[in-house]
Amino acid sequence: MADSKAKPGLLLDIRNLRIEATVFPPGEPPKNIVLVHDVSLTLEKGKVLGLIGESGAGKSTIGLSSMGYGRGGVRITGGEVILNGRDILKGGKDGFRKLRGREVCYVAQSAAAAFNPAHRLMDQVVEATLLHGTATRAEAEKRAVALFKKLSLPNPETIGERFPHQVSGGQLQRVMTAMALCSEPDLIVFDEPTTALDVTTQIDVLAAIKDAIRDTHVAALYITHDLAVVAQVSDEIMVLRHGRLVEWGGTRQIIKEPRQEYTNALVSVHEIEHAEQKPGTTPFLSVKNVTAAYGRSRIKVLKNVSVDIYPGQTLAVVGESGSGKSTLARAITGLLPPEEGTVTFDGRPLANRLADRPKEDLRQLQMIYQMADVAMNPRQTVGTIIGRPLEFYFGIRGRERDKRVAELLDKIEMGKGFSDRYPAELSGGQKQRVCIARSLAAKPKLIICDEVTSALDPLVANGILKLLLELQKEENVAYLFITHDLATVKSIADSIAVMYRGEVVRYGPKSKVLAPPFDAYTDLLLSSVPEMEIGWLEKAIKGRRMASAGN
Amino acid sequence: MSSPILKLVAQRVALGIVLLLAVSVLIFAGTQILPGDVAQAILGQSATPESLANLREQLGLNDPAYIRYFRWLGGVLTGDLGTAMSSGQDIATSIKGRLWNTLFLAFWAAIVAVPLAIILGLIAVRYRNGWVDKLISGLALASTSFPEFFIGYVLVYFFAVKWQIFPGISTVYDGMPFGERMQAIALPATALTLVVLAHMMRMTRAAILNVMQSAYVETAELKGLSAFNVIRRHAFPNAIAPIINVVMLNLAYLIVGVVVVEVIFVYPGMGQYLVDHVTKRDVPVVQAVGLIFAAVYISLNIIADIGAIVANPRLRHPK
Repeated sequence: MADSKAKPGLLLDIRNLRIEATVFPPGEPPKNIVLVHDVSLTLEKGKVLGLIGESGAGKSTIGLSSMGYGRGGVRITGGEVILNGRDILKGGKDGFRKLRGREVCYVAQSAAAAFNPAHRLMDQVVEATLLHGTATRAEAEKRAVALFKKLSLPNPETIGERFPHQVSGGQLQRVMTAMALCSEPDLIVFDEPTTALDVTTQIDVLAAIKDAIRDTHVAALYITHDLAVVAQVSDEIMVLRHGRLVEWGGTRQIIKEPRQEYTNALVSVHEIEHAEQKPGTTPFLSVKNVTAAYGRSRIKVLKNVSVDIYPGQTLAVVGESGSGKSTLARAITGLLPPEEGTVTFDGRPLANRLADRPKEDLRQLQMIYQMADVAMNPRQTVGTIIGRPLEFYFGIRGRERDKRVAELLDKIEMGKGFSDRYPAELSGGQKQRVCIARSLAAKPKLIICDEVTSALDPLVANGILKLLLELQKEENVAYLFITHDLATVKSIADSIAVMYRGEVVRYGPKSKVLAPPFDAYTDLLLSSVPEMEIGWLEKAIKGRRMASAGN
Repeated sequence: MSSPILKLVAQRVALGIVLLLAVSVLIFAGTQILPGDVAQAILGQSATPESLANLREQLGLNDPAYIRYFRWLGGVLTGDLGTAMSSGQDIATSIKGRLWNTLFLAFWAAIVAVPLAIILGLIAVRYRNGWVDKLISGLALASTSFPEFFIGYVLVYFFAVKWQIFPGISTVYDGMPFGERMQAIALPATALTLVVLAHMMRMTRAAILNVMQSAYVETAELKGLSAFNVIRRHAFPNAIAPIINVVMLNLAYLIVGVVVVEVIFVYPGMGQYLVDHVTKRDVPVVQAVGLIFAAVYISLNIIADIGAIVANPRLRHPK
């Protein structure tokens, strides 16, 4: 790279950035770890640079360094961050305060958490503008309303009077983008702005952000772990791993001709070959006309739902949040007794309430959750966690139990040495593997997997999916796989149930469900999955408009 | 304001009334369990079986307990707290002045203690884990750890005996000029402030620190707000519910728990009144004071609950 000071169009020039943090491992003295190893990047005015990598790659840390901010005791210990021609690291606390919210603004992953629940949206949107005195309140509010319009928010004139809890997640994310744009900054750091959203909402927000960036000529650092998403909005992409630069290039080059092996792995991550199994003759578990609601509410979360699960096969349940996927799992396991309908298992009806089911029924149905780390007791070792079902269901103890635990650890491709470790000492993927082993220990006929890969990085998630498929072959266990991610569904399912507002709108073998003609909702769902292709977003939005106009 | 808030508030108030009734039953039952009755107490040594029977008949003590309870409750609700046995005076009249004195003392103690505790809490959060934080916490904890009588006597020793700035005995009387009255209560009010300060301050600090972990605090920092404004504008409004709770608990303590301080400073308030009549075994007075204390406690806690409900924007502005 040429010397930055000579380049007039250059906005941000990060040179040899080194970021460290002090960690306090249990039972050991505190130690320093380096999170970002001498990373350099440049960004021109009005351009978008995508930062991509798995968790722990240092993307957010690098993004926040452009505002001189370190999350939770993270320190910038080396390098320069040159913004608008000056090194902001030399400006001190006052310098940071002056540039935050004025030159650089931030859009967080979860707008729902990033808005203060106690204040009206408008007060929060114009706060930075007023603080830095770049406009009067009336001007700032006018600007905000114009931005609400640009981001196609409903009722742009009045939405600012609302409180955050009165607005949906997708809308909040757009309001947050408006908040960042309101003080007319030179640079916006987008930190996974669409990751927490449903796939059908993500596409709207993504399009709104892209239009806003184009029309306001603001530069952006777009941080995400989803390469297909970042390919839609950025001019250049930088791939990071373990705090080091892997590859940096134009968007087209990165997704079409990746030069590094790691980039290639990211690009081709979703391709698992899984041949669909034909449904057997008799399902071992059938859900018949189940209707369920929480509390005494009259709002039914499940409406007349019927699905069948065949031995050794996978039924994927897809839908956006609030569609009743997890409630279906709760109804099957008895955590939420259905109001109407039955769940039959091996030809006999299961008791509605969990408390009324015999131990044997409990053993046959196991669950794995999205958040592996909160699904385990942090004070028990892996061996105890996996050994617990062995003791509880089979009464296996002592050496016999340890032997079984070792076998199970082997099945999940983790060594015997892990038996004495605590959950906190494991990575996210390893934790999820332990949860899988724990459910397998009960030798169940069905494992309900509730968004088990959603919290994981793509490559790790891929490994988990492959493991689940292998285990299915070995153990002949069936899965009820709940997910919002259609790519996951394609790689693992034998049959699919699409849920929308508590109802199953489409159900059948994978090949049939994923083949046209589609009903409106399935079409919307399928067309919303980002594809690794430049210009996909515009095409998808255009296709959708036509579809919705046609309805 | 909309229906969910009204409903919740009405629920809290109704619960409070039920609770107060239950307490009144307990107080009444408690005094019934004690050996002897009012007739014996009034007649004392001169009691003969005949005179006892006559007096019991006269006072209606032969009626079943529940009738006497409702008679007592009816009296309380119409402002008639009965007659003190020891002095033969009407309890309601003598309590009125005392209650006012206690409220006067509690009010001025609270006026100092509550804002001071909250501001100290905010400062402690601003400089958390630094020496300012540790100093504030240390001093506040020390002042709470000392018993009230110790603080009271230390104050008397320095301010009344050694430097002679304030009187050591807080005598107040009707028609006392405001300035003199304030001077009289300076020491007991200081003692009370020191006692309740730490609890409120620590709770404010903890409640705000809890909120400081939130993503919206980071958002505020990334807007360029100064550390103190982040706390004041973004953290404090969301920490208000637990703070109101602990403030109300301490206000209740200021009214109900002042017995020791009032006795030390010979302040003519409810606490002194209670202590005097407990030693005289004057049951009707103890009942009346107990009920008033319970009412104060319950109402302040209802206010805290309502405050917490109103502070929640989700309830204030439903979807």
